[in-house]
Amino acid sequence: MTDTTPTDGSPQPRNAPSIEDQVEMLRKMVLVRTMEEELGRLHKAGKTRGPIHRCDGQEAVGIGATAALLPEDVVTSTHRGHAHYLGKGLDPKGVAAEIMGRATGLCGGRAGHMLVADKTHGVLGGNAIVGASIPAATGMAVSFQLTGASSIALAFFGDGAAQTGICHESMNLAGLWRLPVVFVCEHNQYGLTVPARQQSSVQDLAVRAAGYGMDGVIVDGNDALAGYDAVAEAAARARRGDGPTLIEAKTYRMVGFSTSDVGGYQPAEEMDAWRSRDPIDRLADALAPQVGRDRLDSVAAAAREEMEEAFRSAMNDPAPDTPLVVEPTYADAEARTAP
Amino acid sequence: MTMMRYAEALNAALEEEMARDDTVWLFGEDIATYGGVFKATKGLLDRFGPSRVRDTPISEQTLAAVAVSAAMTGTRPVLEIMYADFLPLTLDALVNQASIYEVIWNGQVAMPFVLRTQGGGGAGAGAQHSKSLDAFMAHIPGLKVVAPSTPADAKGLLKAAIRDPQPVIVLEHKLLYNTRGEVPDGDHLCPIGEARVAREGRDVSLFATSKMVHEALAAADTLAKEGIEAEVVDLRSLRPLDRAAIVASVEKTHHAVVINEGWTFCGYAAELSATIMENAFDALDAPVERVAGADIAIPYAEPLEAAVLPDAAKIAAAARKAVA
Repeated sequence: MTDTTPTDGSPQPRNAPSIEDQVEMLRKMVLVRTMEEELGRLHKAGKTRGPIHRCDGQEAVGIGATAALLPEDVVTSTHRGHAHYLGKGLDPKGVAAEIMGRATGLCGGRAGHMLVADKTHGVLGGNAIVGASIPAATGMAVSFQLTGASSIALAFFGDGAAQTGICHESMNLAGLWRLPVVFVCEHNQYGLTVPARQQSSVQDLAVRAAGYGMDGVIVDGNDALAGYDAVAEAAARARRGDGPTLIEAKTYRMVGFSTSDVGGYQPAEEMDAWRSRDPIDRLADALAPQVGRDRLDSVAAAAREEMEEAFRSAMNDPAPDTPLVVEPTYADAEARTAP
Repeated sequence: MTMMRYAEALNAALEEEMARDDTVWLFGEDIATYGGVFKATKGLLDRFGPSRVRDTPISEQTLAAVAVSAAMTGTRPVLEIMYADFLPLTLDALVNQASIYEVIWNGQVAMPFVLRTQGGGGAGAGAQHSKSLDAFMAHIPGLKVVAPSTPADAKGLLKAAIRDPQPVIVLEHKLLYNTRGEVPDGDHLCPIGEARVAREGRDVSLFATSKMVHEALAAADTLAKEGIEAEVVDLRSLRPLDRAAIVASVEKTHHAVVINEGWTFCGYAAELSATIMENAFDALDAPVERVAGADIAIPYAEPLEAAVLPDAAKIAAAARKAVA
């Protein structure tokens, strides 16, 4: 196991993205943060449906990881997937409209915020059964291995999902078959309300990689560049045919589990400590000497405006109006559940 | 026509489809080197190699989920789950994954995978290796479920299942693998969702699948000696269900017995009964009779097991009651 957490001064990432790529990562993180804040506002106004799972504070994991992938690579996501969606290049308007249940949403309003997919961008897709994103990426990697495709699969999952039986089965299979898959554990310290120390027999989940014959890496999940670096290396390994990697990104969920979470279990001092490590501020601070604050401010302002406009436009879009066709009750041997 | 065993017919279907389409691959426990515990995959490792014929760890949850996601990304997996009793381990992949994506992703993905398994009692395999969980599978929207009773249908339905763009569950029966029958030569396909009249009759309709078709045919022989001409309809496909064939038979005989080897309560036979009530009530001259497995764990000892499973005698008794 290697630990790339910067402790004694930040080591330069070995697969460092260009400055322009880093500015794009910052822009996408601001897009995600704005999406989460807009959703918080719309929820308070009673304009959202169902629970919404915000990823405020965790943006660097999804954005850093997806920036290191190729367009033909596929990601599987969780119930907290907005950074994964936008990182992989999904249209902000299409995502916002999907979350608002509009006909113009990426899935026509059928999926909702937890289950967004867009095959053209390799997002297959959000998954709200905790743990299910792990075998999903594993299976996609089998297809890529069998067909000789150059694509790899990447599974996002949380520290809660790491405790499921299916996580064990999938990582064993991926290690055994040397599958082209990257497992990115977004360790946000809580499984709903229960802290990791009360859910896991070990605090560093990456140690488990040894049991599956794969490399395990711990990264600072609030450092987008560290995540990028680790995923770039793991993706290259997978593409070479050298098998899977488990990356544990230590981060923190700055808001509740979902919009229905009443809170009370995250200590104030813990929240404050993590707030001072806000991933957006950290990337901006790192880029400022090279790019200048003015440019970063204008990139961020444009991203905020783009996302606010995405929600304004979604609110004006039509609701889906075509009823789904289901199996007829009589005499159709070709009957199938289909749109 | 060629005479072959049910297991050989399945094997031929797999071999032909793998030769026809190199995206078809097989995986499951003990299916490669050993050829499957019921020998349906015998010889396929040698012909197609270890990349396309894979032995797996004992990881049913993940294997089913792998079938779902591999099918979304360019290949056609055929998964063998050794016993139907292990299907509950696969349910998240089927219920929460396979069944939803065609609808909620608005047609973005096809999901051409096949899950083969075998169930059924009568072999003394005990309570965890003898069940028929047809209703568990047929309950799930978005899946197709077939249960062949003959070698010909085993081959034709499996080949059709592999080519289908939707997930198809193929329910085999452990006591049918060694049964023999004529199988049409050439590229033999059975359309999924079409029932077959296995025996014509005018007095009472017996609706069944899988091994229960053979029990119903045996019951029909007994009934014929008593002057009751039973029609046996082999549904072949549990979902989609050939409702037209059910209605046509009930309109002909005006009496119906619905049969399924699985548990009675909330079981597949109940769906058949409801189908007749909804679609052919006016044609009935008597209430629908139901013959299904007892609502209890399947016991080991032979007389105890026989007591809880449906058979020809129980079907004949139900038919007599229906026409009385």
